[in-house]
Amino acid sequence: MPPSDRRIWEHPILTFKRGRKIRFLFEGREVEAYEGESVAAALYAIGIDVFSYSAKLGRPRGPFCMIGKCSSCFMIVDGIPNTRTCIEPVREGMRVERQRGLPPVPNVPPPGAEEEEVLEADVAIVGGGPAGLAAALELAKRGISVALIQDHFKLGGQLVKQTHKFFGSKDLFGGLRGFQIAEEMASKLASFPNARVLLQSFAYGVFRGGWLGVASRSKLYRVKPRALIVASGASEQYLAFPGNDLPGVMGAGGAQTLMNEYGIKPGERALVVGSGNVGLIVSYQLLQAGVEVRAVLEIMPQIGGWFVHAAKVRRYGIPILTRHTIKAVWGSERVEGATITEVDERFNPIPGSERDVDCDLVLIAIGLQPDTRLFAQARAVMRWIPEVGGPVPLRTRYLETTVPNMFVAGDSSGIEEATTAIIEGRIAALSVASRLLEGSRAARAEEEAEKLLRFLWDEYRASPLLSRARRGKELATVSVEELEELRRRFPPEVSFG
Amino acid sequence: MVSEIPSYRRSGVISVEELRRLGLLPPEDRLRKGPVAILECPEMIPCNICVSACPSGAIRMDRIIDVPRVDWDKCVGCGNCVAICPGLAAFVVDLSKPGKAYVTLPHELLPRPREGEEVTLLSRDGREVGKGRVVRVWERNRTLVVTVEVPEELAMEVRAIWVRR
Ligand code: SF4
Ligand code: SF4
Repeated sequence: MPPSDRRIWEHPILTFKRGRKIRFLFEGREVEAYEGESVAAALYAIGIDVFSYSAKLGRPRGPFCMIGKCSSCFMIVDGIPNTRTCIEPVREGMRVERQRGLPPVPNVPPPGAEEEEVLEADVAIVGGGPAGLAAALELAKRGISVALIQDHFKLGGQLVKQTHKFFGSKDLFGGLRGFQIAEEMASKLASFPNARVLLQSFAYGVFRGGWLGVASRSKLYRVKPRALIVASGASEQYLAFPGNDLPGVMGAGGAQTLMNEYGIKPGERALVVGSGNVGLIVSYQLLQAGVEVRAVLEIMPQIGGWFVHAAKVRRYGIPILTRHTIKAVWGSERVEGATITEVDERFNPIPGSERDVDCDLVLIAIGLQPDTRLFAQARAVMRWIPEVGGPVPLRTRYLETTVPNMFVAGDSSGIEEATTAIIEGRIAALSVASRLLEGSRAARAEEEAEKLLRFLWDEYRASPLLSRARRGKELATVSVEELEELRRRFPPEVSFG
Repeated sequence: MVSEIPSYRRSGVISVEELRRLGLLPPEDRLRKGPVAILECPEMIPCNICVSACPSGAIRMDRIIDVPRVDWDKCVGCGNCVAICPGLAAFVVDLSKPGKAYVTLPHELLPRPREGEEVTLLSRDGREVGKGRVVRVWERNRTLVVTVEVPEELAMEVRAIWVRR
């Protein structure tokens, strides 16, 4: 049974404010948690690694992404199977069970779920991360009513788990730590009566007639917005190797959620796969959380992320092994070690170069993939662009897609970083505002959009460090005329406004 | 083309020679005059946080993506850039006292170093290169700005500390 509490009580940057102690049932046994924790975090904290057993082979599974985008943390909660325990808050007396295989889905709706409400809002925004929050603020302060739809039980998206200070400039929150930016934006938004935030709510589909369907815990909502901004973020990419489904193999972001949001050590000895900024930043954060980092692996001949992030971890003796990759992990119900290997110019493992690494945590940080499900469903014209992580909707520089009045911003428009997500969120919102407002207020919004666009494309993205993302975003951007032509050739299923 | 990749992009460690070649190190006589900032920020990060944090207007940058350049004569070695730099790439080095050197560096790990305490000195590649004494600690937004006295010959080597208790 659980070895010990994995909670962190002292941290150089973070102060963990834990709610009151509550009790719930895990596999029929009473366990303790703190209010405000997710079920997944609370279980992980007391040493539970296995959340379910896979359907066919009965293999143990543990949490992976921790942001409600994968299916690794599915459990049965109060009788409801396939509950994403990473975005399910703990409640006194709840019943949580490990899922074995695919349990039948109950065919009675949960209490209250039949209720339906039509939600009035000028603009609906899907996603409460940096892009969605920035968009909501920009619209709300212009008197436009917004409904911000967020699947998690709090706002902030990936900002809430970033302990490092942000680059950029002072007026773009530069110098503040990620979680501080999230707090600032969320509390500002709360001061606007015309901004309605729906937490634990899923935008599950768009419908003819310009409707958006939203499922919250107790209610189904329908919204018919004049514009829809989708800022649904991204999910972690997976890597194929034997044992990659073992508990203890986690997305880099998953570990960040555990240690920085909930103050829970994700492991004792970590191996990080991928040296992009995410891999480097998570390594530094592991160090801050008191986790030993055995190595950072990079399959390319050079480090993927920015030099300053690499220098931060190298200073404390963490090796970054270029031309290396992971071959396998092993363990029974949790990672107990990994084999790494050197690769040649064509990324093939070099026989005889294998080495074993003693670790209990393997973090995958090889990249992200935009979450574009709503665009696919709306039949927006998409294009596969590897530079930004996969298929993304084509859009004008004002971020409108081929679905009329459906805008995209942030990582769901193509993987870049949080500061550009904030800028894109504001641009999308200003484009919407220039349509919904009239006269000089519309003109001012348009002017501001142009100013931000110039800054983004001519100054910020001029950095060679962003050249790959920039190329990707260029490939995804079409002119207004091209957009019209695309709409004629590939008519979208729906339109808004 | 591997040959064109700067070696620090392969190792995560920049050498003193490379910093000098890039014009990022102050001249020897300036170092002898008193504390001065060294920004080990060689890539064109879209960032100008240090520029707005410097009370002396000593950091130059035309575009947000430019590499920050310190005007060695204007810099007073106050360490504000050390406290705020998101890349933890700013340091202050002082060689004005004969036989002694002081390195001011950012520190974000536990335990927190105390003034007067002896700490392990780390080089850019994480090697333990000696022992030093903490002479000053201050804090801004949870980043500690720590000044350590180090052997003179290590002034350009020491870029981190371990506090072992
Ligand atoms: S040490 Fe002070 S004066 Fe010198 S560059 Fe840094 S902030 Fe400016
Ligand atoms: S604040 Fe730091 S990272 Fe930003 S430009 Fe200045 S030295 Fe570089």
